[in-house]
Amino acid sequence: MATHEFAAQESHAHAAPQGFIRKWVFSLDHKVIGLQYYFLALAAVFVGMFLSLLMRIHLVTPTAILPFLGDIKPETYLTLVTMHGTIMVFFVLTTAPQGGFGNYFLPIQIGAPDMAFPVLNMLSFWTTFLGFIVMLAAFFVAGGAPLHGWTGYAPLSALQSSGPGEGLGADLWIISIAIFCIGALMGALNFITTTLDMRAKGMTMMRMPLTVWAWFVTAILGLLAFGVLLSAGILLLMDRNLGTSFFVPLVTINGQLTGHKGGSPLLWQHLFWFFGHPEVYIAILPAMGMCSQLLSVFSRKPIFGYKAMVYAILAIGLLGFMVWGHHMFMSGMSPYTAFAFSIMTMGIGVPSAIKTFNWLGTLMRGRIRFASPMLFAIGFVSLFVSGGISGPFLAQPVLDIQLHDTYFVPGHFHLIMGVASIFGIFAATYYWFPKMFGRMMNESMARWHFWFSFIGTYAIFMPMHYLGMAGMPRRYSQMTEVTYLHGLIPLQKFITYAAFVTIAGQLIFLVNLFWSMFKGKQASDNPWEATTLEWTTATPPPHDNFGGQTPVVRNGPYEYSVPGAPRDYVMQTDPEIKPAH
Amino acid sequence: MASFSTTATVDDPRISLGDDGILPPVRDGGGDDGSGPGLPDYATRLRRARLGLLVALTPILMLFVSFSSAYVMRQGLPTLDPRTNALVRDWIPVTLPKLLLINTGVLILSSVFMELARRQIKGQAVLASAESAPGASVVDQMKIPWLSLTLVLGLAFLLGQWMAWRQLAANGFYVATTPSSSFVYLLTGTHAIHLMGGVLALFVAGIASLLRRSVATRSIVVDVTAWYWHFMAGLWIYILCLLEFAG
Amino acid sequence: MGLILLIIIWLITFASTYFFVAKTWWLPVGASAAAASIDHHFTTTFILMGVVFVAAQVALGYLVWSYRDRGTASKVAYSHGNTSLEIVWTVLTTVLFVGMNLASSSIWASERFRAAEANSVQVEVTGMQFAWYFRYPGPDGKFGATKPELEDASAGGEAALGLDMKDPASKDDVVTGTMVVPVNREIEVILRAHDVIHSFFIPTMRFKQDAVPGLAIHMHFTPIQTGEYEILCAELCGLGHYKMHGMLKVVSQEEFDKWLAAREAEKQ
Repeated sequence: MATHEFAAQESHAHAAPQGFIRKWVFSLDHKVIGLQYYFLALAAVFVGMFLSLLMRIHLVTPTAILPFLGDIKPETYLTLVTMHGTIMVFFVLTTAPQGGFGNYFLPIQIGAPDMAFPVLNMLSFWTTFLGFIVMLAAFFVAGGAPLHGWTGYAPLSALQSSGPGEGLGADLWIISIAIFCIGALMGALNFITTTLDMRAKGMTMMRMPLTVWAWFVTAILGLLAFGVLLSAGILLLMDRNLGTSFFVPLVTINGQLTGHKGGSPLLWQHLFWFFGHPEVYIAILPAMGMCSQLLSVFSRKPIFGYKAMVYAILAIGLLGFMVWGHHMFMSGMSPYTAFAFSIMTMGIGVPSAIKTFNWLGTLMRGRIRFASPMLFAIGFVSLFVSGGISGPFLAQPVLDIQLHDTYFVPGHFHLIMGVASIFGIFAATYYWFPKMFGRMMNESMARWHFWFSFIGTYAIFMPMHYLGMAGMPRRYSQMTEVTYLHGLIPLQKFITYAAFVTIAGQLIFLVNLFWSMFKGKQASDNPWEATTLEWTTATPPPHDNFGGQTPVVRNGPYEYSVPGAPRDYVMQTDPEIKPAH
Repeated sequence: MASFSTTATVDDPRISLGDDGILPPVRDGGGDDGSGPGLPDYATRLRRARLGLLVALTPILMLFVSFSSAYVMRQGLPTLDPRTNALVRDWIPVTLPKLLLINTGVLILSSVFMELARRQIKGQAVLASAESAPGASVVDQMKIPWLSLTLVLGLAFLLGQWMAWRQLAANGFYVATTPSSSFVYLLTGTHAIHLMGGVLALFVAGIASLLRRSVATRSIVVDVTAWYWHFMAGLWIYILCLLEFAG
Repeated sequence: MGLILLIIIWLITFASTYFFVAKTWWLPVGASAAAASIDHHFTTTFILMGVVFVAAQVALGYLVWSYRDRGTASKVAYSHGNTSLEIVWTVLTTVLFVGMNLASSSIWASERFRAAEANSVQVEVTGMQFAWYFRYPGPDGKFGATKPELEDASAGGEAALGLDMKDPASKDDVVTGTMVVPVNREIEVILRAHDVIHSFFIPTMRFKQDAVPGLAIHMHFTPIQTGEYEILCAELCGLGHYKMHGMLKVVSQEEFDKWLAAREAEKQ
């Protein structure tokens, strides 16, 4: 029997790989893979922002002729809407927080040398990357990218003749999402197995940082939800290409029968939203974990109510699977069912409120340091509150009658899911940049970036609530046809200007990111004086994370300002403290 | 030897290293079964692989749960016939080819062989670790190639499924003929694709000795594949029952 | 920095709240019987959530300023939390959220849990890419059969719906591109769609319902004010979604009867 293993899936070569391809392209190192995911998301977010700029220009000046693209037709506008939403939700919000930072820091924060299945990890990134390429390809095929919205409701998405872009472009869109599902499931597998099986000695579940809890529960949500999305995509592909009628009843397009009959458009909605609602928690939970982490570090105070925070994450995860019908109040679903979903939806507001109280409780009587990660964490709390407050409006069906499919909805979800999650990504970037690259990011540029982003995103998305109240519907490519919408054009113009300014502000971040990688001030191993395991190891961490040594954990993750301790932070590996309670 | 428990309990430190402070270079799992420096021991690797499989089976289950709920919903759902302004149900049950029962038998038998293969290679792994003691040697015994037999039966099942689809088509039931026939192809086809994955894993395990993987590694691969295989067999029985009795 | 954060957070909060309170951009005037109670519940929700919004943001701004690091003057209160406080605010939040929801549910129930009254005015509303058609059953009170094979949008309203003239009930069906209804009568809307999902949205009536192909969805509302009100499509239906709009005309009962009689006469 061989006494020495060749590199196999379940073991980790203790020598670092050599050669550019093994080291940077097909790396098995979770840190490299995390960076790969991060830069994929970075590319995707700039594509997504660019698409949204084109949308904003067209909406307020429908006849504008743009450089390169010429004039934008209504169907093109809808393509922009579809691809903006799809790219942002999947390739940014589901990629950077989880695939990017989760991959990089989950193993380190639990004291493991790598993920449980490094080859699978590498494959999960390249699968996601392939999904992105296929998604972009939809722009370039005959008919272009689809126009059916990121939600892809059937029959619009199920019939090739329902509009421009609904041909090959729509098929590629579905295939891309299917590929993404598989990549995400592979990632979830790794996260869950690693968290359950590879924690270092002393790292009990209740000593894990809240970032790890968030990544863990997010992975469980993904595990349960992406299979359902995959199933819906398969059925949709069959309806589109094999003549089945899962989602399509007897319909005519332009007076022509399509050959389908008996299918149910609502079935698509049920399957999609059974995935779609957990998906929004997948997008936000890692940022919530990040916020908890940073508020504690930069208030020099333990997180207020660690156990409650854990239970809240678990409750959000569990309830997240029971509320999908609130996207379907107006769909033709039974009003009794709507009532049931509505109560559940109000219920899920409770753990989110608990988390918000606890964040405020962490700040209270702390000693707040306003480093750039903390600015974004504070911004996150504000944005989360704003986005969360509009939720109960939509959760009540009788109010949703008026607000469904108006701008109130994108106002709500951009604040609470889009911007809040992006702030989590920014916060994590500024926080962990020193550990990943050995240098600090420029604080001055970071502050400019923060103010542009914080004020800018409020300027973009708060007015959308007013537009919704006034009755501006979603996914209208222009406002010229309906009389009462004319009066809302000035407000839309304001939003467009705000979008330009905000996106310009993101260039500051981009410059800061790349400049600091090469020219930033050298960072110490623990520049923030934080307690979790990534700050006990070298900067950047060695190939096996801890330089051949396995950490032993003796403390919780938030022991700041412990009375009687020599410094105002106690590392998780320091001798055990005996707290007052 | 170490226990093969796969349950992960909350609040239970997974690693018992019995020491505090910084430790010498070792991966988690401590204990050494001769599988080489810097690698987790066999028990840890097996537990981790099994846990990974359990996690991986969850989305597969969700896929089929989703298809099943679509099946139930589609079956019971009336839609508006615009010609009559009445709600009609258009569900016509499909007569399943009897061949599917034979295929089921083949798959169940393959599961039995798979289990025998799993225990066989587990035994080999145990013996191999005994062999590492100096001076010890084990007499090579006549072995029935359970793994290869499983592989053959798996391929036979897939071939049988293909033939069943031909029979369905011959009876006029194609993918888009009726909603019920769509589901027959969908469920059996998705199952077959997943089983192919299992067949591939068996093939890799079979030639693993040629790739010079240790018997410990091969044992883990076969163990995980075996549980996957049993799950696929159980899933098939569920699908058959769903189509036959809830059709 | 703490002070700037406080100022900016408070300013944003104040500005946002101002525009809500001032109703600078607000719900259109409510012209249906349900509007009063719906709007009242809007106000209730706004007040309750507004208080929470302002309180949370003001607290956030205040805390980050008040507890900024002031060197040796700062004293951190080491604490892992307060379980009683957790329980209190969990219960309060639950009571607030669920209570608010239950209050709205009675309005929802009265709107949606019952079918239209027996003497309501029936209008079948059909959405298709990219227009709304309205069909009245005529004196026989029955809608005639429609056949998808007969659909021809270029040949007028009846043909667009694929009305089967062989069905005797079809003879007196009136199909129009404008929805005319009498005031103070309950209107039963039967929603249908030919091709993809559309949504029938009349903001002034506080009415919205998806029109789903394969379904005939029955809804009702009661207009209480005469006038002309815009109808919009509120579910993405293709490239013409933005211009798929119609007009609702609410008139007196006499005018409605005259109008309908005139439409019937045109068919002879």
